Amino acid sequence: MIDILPNILFSIILIFSVGFFIINIKKIVTVIKLGKPVYRSDNLKKRFYNMARVALGQSKMVTKPISGFLHVIVYIGFIIINIELLEILIDGVTGSHRFFSKYFNTSFYNFLIATFEIFALLVLISVVLFWTRRNIVKIKRFLSSEMEGWPKFDADNILYFEIVLMLLFLSMNATDLILQERNYMGYSKAGAFPVSSFIVPLFDSFQTSTVYTLERIFWWLHILGIFFFLNYLYYSKHLHILLAFPNTFYANLGDKGKFEVLKSVKNEVLQMFYPEKASESNGNIDKFGASDVLDLNWVQLMNAYSCTECGRCSSECPAHLTGKKLSPRKIMMDTRDRLEKVSKNISLNNGKFIDDGDSLLDNYISKEELWACTSCNACVEACPIEIDPLSIIMDMRQYLIMEESSAHPDLNNMMNNIENNGAPWPYNQQDRELWIQES
Amino acid sequence: MKVPILSELKLKGVNPEYLFWIGCAGSFDDRSKKVTKAFIKILNKANISYAVLGKEESCTGDPAKRSGNEFLFQMKAISNIEILNSYDVKNIITTCPHCFNTLKNEYPELGGNYKVIHHTTFINNLVKENKISISGGVYKGKKITYHDPCYLGRANGIYEAPRELIKKLDAELVEMKSCKSKSLCCGAGGAQMFKEPEKGNQDINIKRSDEAIETDSKIVAVSCPFCSTMMSDGMTSKEKDIDVVDIAQMIEKAEDL
Repeated sequence: MIDILPNILFSIILIFSVGFFIINIKKIVTVIKLGKPVYRSDNLKKRFYNMARVALGQSKMVTKPISGFLHVIVYIGFIIINIELLEILIDGVTGSHRFFSKYFNTSFYNFLIATFEIFALLVLISVVLFWTRRNIVKIKRFLSSEMEGWPKFDADNILYFEIVLMLLFLSMNATDLILQERNYMGYSKAGAFPVSSFIVPLFDSFQTSTVYTLERIFWWLHILGIFFFLNYLYYSKHLHILLAFPNTFYANLGDKGKFEVLKSVKNEVLQMFYPEKASESNGNIDKFGASDVLDLNWVQLMNAYSCTECGRCSSECPAHLTGKKLSPRKIMMDTRDRLEKVSKNISLNNGKFIDDGDSLLDNYISKEELWACTSCNACVEACPIEIDPLSIIMDMRQYLIMEESSAHPDLNNMMNNIENNGAPWPYNQQDRELWIQES
Repeated sequence: MKVPILSELKLKGVNPEYLFWIGCAGSFDDRSKKVTKAFIKILNKANISYAVLGKEESCTGDPAKRSGNEFLFQMKAISNIEILNSYDVKNIITTCPHCFNTLKNEYPELGGNYKVIHHTTFINNLVKENKISISGGVYKGKKITYHDPCYLGRANGIYEAPRELIKKLDAELVEMKSCKSKSLCCGAGGAQMFKEPEKGNQDINIKRSDEAIETDSKIVAVSCPFCSTMMSDGMTSKEKDIDVVDIAQMIEKAEDL
């Protein structure tokens, strides 16, 4: 009985951490579904291809070669080491030692373990370099004002986590290797250890019982660390490792210059021009544009949860580059912050949102930021997972103009001109042909 | 200059193949009027059957839409579509990427379905089909940089047609630090053309002009009336003797049209 106690304990922890994770993911899905409808299930083949290319294939990461290369290593490492995670889970539940070694042939198993080790080392090096870029080299896009406080802490946490997990993984293997070589009970010879064999000397002088205790400690800390990390995702920008996939799948695949033609407005305009063509009004007057997160569509809300705050958008934004307040990354971070507040409000009020006097517009995103956008699509182009900050800016401008009538004063002149003389400047429509005579 | 007006041609029972959508800048702005005329000379040279709307043309609604005024945009769009459809217009050419984008991408859902072509693509096709020929002339061997308009490049993926034309002028095309899909905006898009910029530490057109100056070119080729204004203002405030010219004007000059 005492023998299987660790396995029972492990199984309980496994169920709890996966369960807690699923509960939180469900919360996110529920919140995303509160967004307004937008149809993005057309062209499934093209969507799968886009997801394969951009999320799986990391095609947009490599436009910045250094961070792109490091990211690809960490990403491949993450995927490959997850195969080892499966073995660790089986060992944990059943009490086996290196479960796969009994089913795979020796050379294949050795190859697998060796690959995991090499990737663990590469990931370790990459993550240390990432940390250096953030904290020593101080790359500009990591230092904007929106990155102060929690975002900076969160970003560093993730890197520390990964460093600790990789070190635990390699130490676990090193102590395992010592036990294998000393023919310790249950530690049959399995695996090749090209990296951890170098740290064997650290532990080799200890008594076998101490090495065994250390091996167990490393093994447990490693897997507990992974469970903790899994549940940290919900609170972190690191959610992108999951959401990058649906985010690229449901991305806007059309021409970037094509902005949505608002149906609610179309109906009203048609009623003015062709009353017979307009569909019957349903009596509800739609709100035009967005002043808060629940006015946005579900893809925009998913975008907010997917953003990993890398700042590639802001480092390409012409307004941001010339010192204006606008930062497309901040637009996404604000949207998520507000959305999380709305989400808590909803779960505290039995599934209904109770007005909290707060809103995305003004309390998070200022008019000054919104009016600084040139709609150039540089941010959309730069995003490695195809987030669209521009669409949020445009929806909020629509609210400013059509609901609040608070356009930028210069723009009011322009719009008056368009309305009265059919040109953004104060020229008479009748003078449109004058240039012909001017030659 | 003799320019065929669509309503007059229709009265005579003539159906021109193309409508040349001049745009507000092309009709009223002094710099852009030159582009309009240059392009008309190219159309004439290639014997293209075309017409313009004249007094019946009106703003596409683009600056209203990018400001957030969907009402005004759709009102403009629907009345424009009514005119275009009444003349049974099939093909539209425009020298303005903003008009191009709006007519091509945002009119179909409101009932306006046309084949819309930007003038750089159109001229490039004329050359490919041997309807006009281009040789270097005054531009031969000159260093020229090209500024991508956001609404032609990133917004619609057209990067090559303007570049191919510059190369056909036997010029040396030099790219700026940021170009094509990574190009830096001139600062005029999203209705910024019609307002003062927000507070910052630099104007966007100055930043972009610096990038152009760095290429050591004496000419900045453009293909958008707003970019043209912004870049030329940028060069003026930098006190640089660098010409900002539309590709249609370059061809006009090279071919002595």
